[in-house]
Amino acid sequence: MTVSRFSPQEILETIRMVQMENLDIRTITMGISLRDCGDRDIRRSASHAYDKICRLAGSLVRTGEELAAEYGVPVINKRISVTPASLVVECADQDDYPLFAEALDRAAHEVGVNFLGGYSALVQKGMTRGDRMLIESIPAVLAGTQRVCASVNVGSTKAGINMDAVAQMGHVIADTARRTADRDGIGCAKLVVFCNAVDDNPFMAGAFHGIGEPDCVINVGVSGPGAVLSAVQKAGKADFGALASAIKRAAFKITRMGELFGRAASRRLNVPFGIVDLSLAPTPAQGDSVARILEAMGLEQVGTHGSTAALALLNDAVKKGGAMASSYVGGLSGAFIPVSEDIGMIEAAASGALGFDKLEAMTCVCSVGLDMIAVPGDTPAETLAAIIADEAAIGMINRKTTAVRIIPAPGKAVGDTVHFGGLLGHAPVMALHAQSSRAFVERGGRIPAPIQALNN
Amino acid sequence: MTTSSGRVIVSVIGRDRVGIIAAVSAVLAEANANILDISQSVMEEFFVMIMMADISGASVSFAEIKQRLQARGESLGVKIDAQHEDVFNYMHRI
Repeated sequence: MTVSRFSPQEILETIRMVQMENLDIRTITMGISLRDCGDRDIRRSASHAYDKICRLAGSLVRTGEELAAEYGVPVINKRISVTPASLVVECADQDDYPLFAEALDRAAHEVGVNFLGGYSALVQKGMTRGDRMLIESIPAVLAGTQRVCASVNVGSTKAGINMDAVAQMGHVIADTARRTADRDGIGCAKLVVFCNAVDDNPFMAGAFHGIGEPDCVINVGVSGPGAVLSAVQKAGKADFGALASAIKRAAFKITRMGELFGRAASRRLNVPFGIVDLSLAPTPAQGDSVARILEAMGLEQVGTHGSTAALALLNDAVKKGGAMASSYVGGLSGAFIPVSEDIGMIEAAASGALGFDKLEAMTCVCSVGLDMIAVPGDTPAETLAAIIADEAAIGMINRKTTAVRIIPAPGKAVGDTVHFGGLLGHAPVMALHAQSSRAFVERGGRIPAPIQALNN
Repeated sequence: MTTSSGRVIVSVIGRDRVGIIAAVSAVLAEANANILDISQSVMEEFFVMIMMADISGASVSFAEIKQRLQARGESLGVKIDAQHEDVFNYMHRI
């Protein structure tokens, strides 16, 4: 018996994916250009930005909630990304950039979004005065605002790696941790250092509205590690070909939800639809873990030998299934492996099965990079910079986005745990190599673009 | 794919008992929603009833219908939800 075009099995499958396997729309992110908000007076610039965000995003949250109710699929986050702020504020005479960030924070609060991304600078080849000022202001901004997220792109396949910026970001991260020491250095959870950053990423903390984007756009990030886990479990002892097919089918269904929500949100808000981001984004909740998928493939615990291969298969199958499901795929589109936001990753890091070096290896085959990793509070800035350089090199050579979001937790040592709360989760402090990278990092200059850049 | 029809899928999941169809039908009738199709089956130990209804001529909003159905479900000890049909169109049809 069928209800029109759907069988009860199909309807129940959808309901089960939502209610038991945590399928959700992770974020509907409105990208807003602030390129028309520049002014010689930074107060006026901040005021223009505040007004524009409130005008365009005023009904974003309500629309997300309406769609969630009508379709019966939760929309976890409604967020905003804006033009990298350094491009907007550098025409100001004053250097008081935190004023601009405070306006962004107020606008985010006013329209009811929990994060706004784009306190950002793109410095892969060099810095302007505005870029430098913005980067220097990041620690104060992340300590002084609630909802503003910052990111800095320090490298790309086409430009190479700006090692001066990398060295500076080591200090920026250390300083941000110090300024938010009373909350385990949580400011660093709102700061991403990229190589090959993308213009249409809907996920925080690294979202910004790139320069080739329209005035306003809707991007959607889906998520469904639980639904993929269920598909892997049902595949039983299937061989790798059959396993990949099972993941592709689940990814297709998950991504269709993103396509539906993106189109509907675009129509209702009268804003163009940008992309669906195919990333598998975990949360600390049980049943919402990417690590558990890898373990269901046959690994005793994530981090052991075979983890990189398992993740490569997962990431590729998710893309293949998802690419069929959406007209416009973009953003980061790959499995995320943040440590503090994934219960399986947390357990593996705590038990010692997952070490820092294996984590770095895994980032070669997935999106995005070393994410939400707590390290000892006394880690030298040069070591943080060297970690960024390694990750940027992986991105540069492999023509992919990589990122570092690392928290040198003040006063904490290996074996301690840091608690960020909510979706940011908690994480054991991981051990790093003790040997110094200082002389390498302090060399200065730029790592030249690799031969991979010469593809014309 | 066409979207934004007035059709919704009402799903009832739980333990079977007398009066479920009557109760759901009554809520829909009160709201002037037209029932187009109905089916029931037992799957994975659950009683599952699924209705398709057209709410384009409904006298109250979809949100209100959804809330009334959920409230009625609670009094019957079953879970009732209503979702726009597009969610199933997108997931199960290309």
